[in-house]
Amino acid sequence: MADQERFADLAMPYMSALYSAALRMTRNPSDAEDLVQETYLRAYRGFGGFRDGTNLKAWLYRILTNTFINTYRAKQRRPSETALEETEDFFLYRRLGGADAAAMQRTPESEVLDAIPEAVVKDAVEALPEQFRMAVLLADVEGFSYKEIAEIMAVPIGTVMSRLHRGRKQLQRSLWDFGRERGLLPDGADDPAGNGTGNGRAAADASSNEEDRPNDRPEAKPAKPVKPVKAEPATRTGS
Amino acid sequence: MDCDKANARIYRYLDGELTVWRRIRIARHLDECPPCAQGFEFEIHLRQIVSVRCRDEAPPALRRRVAEAIGATVPPERRLHGEPGA
Repeated sequence: MADQERFADLAMPYMSALYSAALRMTRNPSDAEDLVQETYLRAYRGFGGFRDGTNLKAWLYRILTNTFINTYRAKQRRPSETALEETEDFFLYRRLGGADAAAMQRTPESEVLDAIPEAVVKDAVEALPEQFRMAVLLADVEGFSYKEIAEIMAVPIGTVMSRLHRGRKQLQRSLWDFGRERGLLPDGADDPAGNGTGNGRAAADASSNEEDRPNDRPEAKPAKPVKPVKAEPATRTGS
Repeated sequence: MDCDKANARIYRYLDGELTVWRRIRIARHLDECPPCAQGFEFEIHLRQIVSVRCRDEAPPALRRRVAEAIGATVPPERRLHGEPGA
């Protein structure tokens, strides 16, 4: 059947992306596989209702999200509407020395970031409460717009923005905690209080700790000039 | 545009969700204010790290299962993690 072939052609290339999201959501490879398979089955059955010219990737994520909520979440403890700790702006940046480090020509923050291994990032993301985790994944890993995320998660755009805002801050805190737990980030200095002394040194030490690094470390780019990561909103409606 | 205003809009700026004029005003502030620019750069870098580190490949067995389930024959390793062209 033509439709069948077309569905496979269009949808199969998203499998690794969907699987990555499923892993972060279920935190378990076998559940993630089942979730992805179920997502494809549902998408396939519903493909007749998919309108050409709309965003297939967002549509697949919507099915993935619904399937997760309806099936897998029921097995897990129901997430509470978690109250996140209050986290200040630039939480991680400040703890890594921030502008102080830069002013003193120690610029370890970006090196420290590059040295954070995959497992720590994944653990930190997976530690986020579910509704924040999902928003952060959709925006920061998959690059969906606020509008698309609102549609995928079936919540208003304002809710998306607040989940992203709080989720991203919480992610910084969680990265900091996991990183320190594993000796990858400078210890102490819970409250930098504008005093970066000592942080930079320890951070530099941590970043030279090469042995712990996974060998699949992606290209460590120097910090780029400031410019938006994404394209203009008007051109972002997907294809 | 002062530092507080720029920082309050950092996520919408990085997410590409601001109007052109607001974007230009923030960019102008960043040009004039190195501490803010460094903070923004850090956030961009952090986001790249998160994005790159959170990618997994779908196992080949899963590809086969799904292909069978939808009755398709799909070249299994094609475009592993890429976006299909627009």
